[in-house]
Amino acid sequence: MAKTTSWEIVMGLEVHVELATKTKIFCSCTTEFGGAPNTHCCPVCTGMPGVLPSLNKAVVEYATKAGLALNCEITRYNKFDRKNYFYPDLPKAYQISQLYLPICRNGGVEIEAEGGGKKIIGIHEIHMEEDAGKLVHDPWTDSTMVDYNRCGVPLIEIVSEPDFRSANEVIRYLEKLKAILQFIGVSDCKMQEGSLRADINLSVRPVGSETFGTRTEMKNMNSFKAIARAINGESKRQIEVLEEGGKVKQETRRWDDNKDASFAMRSKEDAQDYKYFPEPDLIPIEISDEIIEQTRNSLPELPEAKRQRYVSELGLSEYDAAQLTTSKYLVALFEQNLEAGYPAKELANWIMGEVMRMLSDSGKEPEDMSFDYSYLGSLIGMVQHSEITRNTAKKVFKAVFEEGCDPVKYVEQHNLKTVTDTGAVKTAIQEVVAANQKSVDEYKSGKEKALQYLIGQSMRALRGKADPQTVTAILKELLG
Amino acid sequence: MVITDELVTYLEALGRIKLPEESRAKAQSDLQEILQYIDTLSELDTEGIEPMSHALPLTNVMREDEVQPSIPTEDVLRNAPAQKDNYFLVPRSFE
Amino acid sequence: MNLETMTALELGAAIRKGEISAVEAAKFSLGQIDKYDGKFSCFVTVQDDILQRAEEVQKKIASGEYTSPLAGVPMGIKDNMCQKGIQTSCGSRMLSNFKPTYSATAVEEMMKAGAVPLGKLNMDEFAMGSTSETSFFGVTRNPWNVDCVPGGSSGGSAAAVAAGECFYALGSDTGGSIRQPASFCGVTGIKPTYGSVSRFGLVAYASSLDQIGPIAHNAADCAAVLAEIMKQDKRDNTSVATKGADLEAVLHTDVKGMKIGIPTDFFGEGLDKEVAATIEAAAKQLESMGATVEKFDMPIVKYAIPAYYIIASAEASSNLSRYDGIKYGYRADDFEDLLDLYTKSRSEGFGMEVKRRIMLGCFVLSSGYYDAYYRKALQAKALIKGAFDRAFEKYDLILGPVAPTTALKIGENLSDPLKMYLGDIYTVMMNLAGLPAASVPCGFDSNGMPVGMHLIGNYFDETKILGAAHAYQQVTDWHKRKPAELANI
Repeated sequence: MAKTTSWEIVMGLEVHVELATKTKIFCSCTTEFGGAPNTHCCPVCTGMPGVLPSLNKAVVEYATKAGLALNCEITRYNKFDRKNYFYPDLPKAYQISQLYLPICRNGGVEIEAEGGGKKIIGIHEIHMEEDAGKLVHDPWTDSTMVDYNRCGVPLIEIVSEPDFRSANEVIRYLEKLKAILQFIGVSDCKMQEGSLRADINLSVRPVGSETFGTRTEMKNMNSFKAIARAINGESKRQIEVLEEGGKVKQETRRWDDNKDASFAMRSKEDAQDYKYFPEPDLIPIEISDEIIEQTRNSLPELPEAKRQRYVSELGLSEYDAAQLTTSKYLVALFEQNLEAGYPAKELANWIMGEVMRMLSDSGKEPEDMSFDYSYLGSLIGMVQHSEITRNTAKKVFKAVFEEGCDPVKYVEQHNLKTVTDTGAVKTAIQEVVAANQKSVDEYKSGKEKALQYLIGQSMRALRGKADPQTVTAILKELLG
Repeated sequence: MVITDELVTYLEALGRIKLPEESRAKAQSDLQEILQYIDTLSELDTEGIEPMSHALPLTNVMREDEVQPSIPTEDVLRNAPAQKDNYFLVPRSFE
Repeated sequence: MNLETMTALELGAAIRKGEISAVEAAKFSLGQIDKYDGKFSCFVTVQDDILQRAEEVQKKIASGEYTSPLAGVPMGIKDNMCQKGIQTSCGSRMLSNFKPTYSATAVEEMMKAGAVPLGKLNMDEFAMGSTSETSFFGVTRNPWNVDCVPGGSSGGSAAAVAAGECFYALGSDTGGSIRQPASFCGVTGIKPTYGSVSRFGLVAYASSLDQIGPIAHNAADCAAVLAEIMKQDKRDNTSVATKGADLEAVLHTDVKGMKIGIPTDFFGEGLDKEVAATIEAAAKQLESMGATVEKFDMPIVKYAIPAYYIIASAEASSNLSRYDGIKYGYRADDFEDLLDLYTKSRSEGFGMEVKRRIMLGCFVLSSGYYDAYYRKALQAKALIKGAFDRAFEKYDLILGPVAPTTALKIGENLSDPLKMYLGDIYTVMMNLAGLPAASVPCGFDSNGMPVGMHLIGNYFDETKILGAAHAYQQVTDWHKRKPAELANI
């Protein structure tokens, strides 16, 4: 193939999302994250002989909600199937999943397309299944240690159509999925805890080609940055293989983010034969039209609707509205303070500015914000009432964000209140004017810059606690 | 359907078992005989018949989402052939 | 008081009346085990806390906590039902060291009724077999002739009742595993409607077919056990609420006016002539008691075994995958890596019949064959259910043989698996359809080996089946006869 060929990347995603139910899918053990090894376990989730699964009602409800929020058709007659394979993290040596009759089908999510405009990513199906346990390498014995705490935590697997053409599209889709699922409360989608993981099926083809190339699968990706790098790395690798006249092998590859490369997983068996068959221990689940309507009506306002409302009713910019609605937690921060009476635009400015900057600097996600959301409002209130300056407020917010400090107390403790005693302000400025005769002369001879210098000196003398407008006015007055 | 030696090997691999060498040939011919008999089922006309997993038409038996205590970790591991620090221990399964 | 000829209900009544204590009853059973089990090998495990339990039960009977007619009566449990702290081995090396930390619901229900468990009874490995010869713990012998098998897979349960080592036992039936050994050992056993007894804690062979039921001296005892264990269980999603078994109704059933159907297809090639004649005679007996008996065709019978072995093997191959040497059970001593650990542990832990069914199950489920085998078998299952549904529009009960022969000689079928499978021809259909069915002693062949009559009822008609069996047992004494062998030990 000529080296001048330009290539198109084609991707489909399988996203596993852990549901935020209280108990596991087939037993009443807690789903709480963490815990000492094998403490959230019972005979059912550890696959002891003779035990039987007992389906958690909330899993079906949550999966239905997710399907409706992702514009899917809900399957009225559901069954579970067994997917058989041996691995130490799967104690029954089969995973109870849904192959033949998944709970949701034919949905879609709208994202910003790579070249601008909107694009729908199709959702092929969503099915319910159980999570596996955790394997930990033990370097002392060169063995693997198995913890079944996560085993049986309910999952939905969201299988997209092969509609992605770039890493950006993948990230936008995942952000959107995450936001929607968080909004409707079916998952916390904490990627670092593995409650949202993506498998990426990737192939490349010459631009203009209608047929798909051979795909590889990269499993269990759990950070946006790694996903972007993996897509770039793996697509480059496939293109190189093809340009050198080779063939891409259909296989599962592991992305090593440290080495910035993907590696073929050793295949322990030539053909993976999951021997699916209907789960005999569980009976079918029927979801009535009535339940579907009830569920639809119980859904909260979804991010897309919120975005539109923020623009049309609150007058936010398209960009701000879109960014704010990427996260349930940013929306909560915004709406809670909006309800408390703080102005929408001011709140949006703060969130888009300081909050986003602090998140990005600290490498945190919005769900990690641990301060009392009302503190942002208090801070804005203090600025509005000229109790502190905007600059002071920014410094105070750092303490709020990092240490969860109450801004009102913090300002008091650190004596950061704006100096409102005009007499004191005037005295301080008079001292600055007296000490900077050169600048005073320059200003008087028409140099505006000199005024800026004098304002700066005055603010410094006042340790930033005065309102800059007041300082300017007093200065001008003193300088005649 | 002919049960070849390769098929026996494949089925052993799928089931994670290995037949003793001395009983392999007999197992192969037994399987062949059983399968031949089972194949009589293909004579049965099942056109349009819905496959039936459950004889009783039950649906929607579900449990409330209420946490019950888990069992003590020592009970989880009581029958484990190998364990360490409250984990089950298996041969290295990472690459 | 002759405990050797007493039924479970008779013993229960004597205990309640204070004629004998639960402790004395337990001591009697321990004596019987001492006397006979060396010969028949029914028990894999005899519990060491029997007398303590009997004392506790006696107190609770006195205090009014236990009111069941079976309170204080010694019971045996097939070794595939979990009992907390007691080895539950399923006749397999794989689980020869397994002690569950939980009990099967059926066992718990019997404990609530004041049962005194004696121990765990031998069985074919993982309930796969019809002779109890595939057990890792050795062959159980038929009390009617020690050179014969007791049937299987609940062979230990049936033999223990026949030998008088326990007054009743819990067995399980996936394709005939209660009824066929009951027939071979001359005792009464019933497989209830699928879903009517919780399977929680029953080590799974084929989940869609397995069902727990009693084996006892007569129909009334079976009804008394069913009355305790036929309860809906939240831990088993396939369990259903039923009206249960009604002991009073069983005791007062009149077969007069009952319509009994006999499938002509149950009397085809392969059925032993003496067995056929014995069953015909039993049908005549019921007719003479006022039932109408009529023959009808059920051509689907010939497809039952293929459908059964596909479904059972498929489910078994999956159910038995959990035995991997990691969480419990047998682990090979030497292994190179994970795959080697799996393969060696499973190859050394499982016997030949289990391996065969795992391979057959893997085959019918493997990619490319699912539709031709498993799906087709599920369609056959639907047709079999349909055939019974139509039959029960006309008949109260269906009658036939339980097995084509009486008990075979030990070793006779072990090397010919297909021949062994064909022995299940009359029993597997009820598991596929989920219907209740009993084996009721109805005579002997010329070698003195017992023959069982198969009584099959519609869904949840356990009371009707056992009622008819009870009425039959009021006018016959086949169920009361004891193996001559016992007198020689």
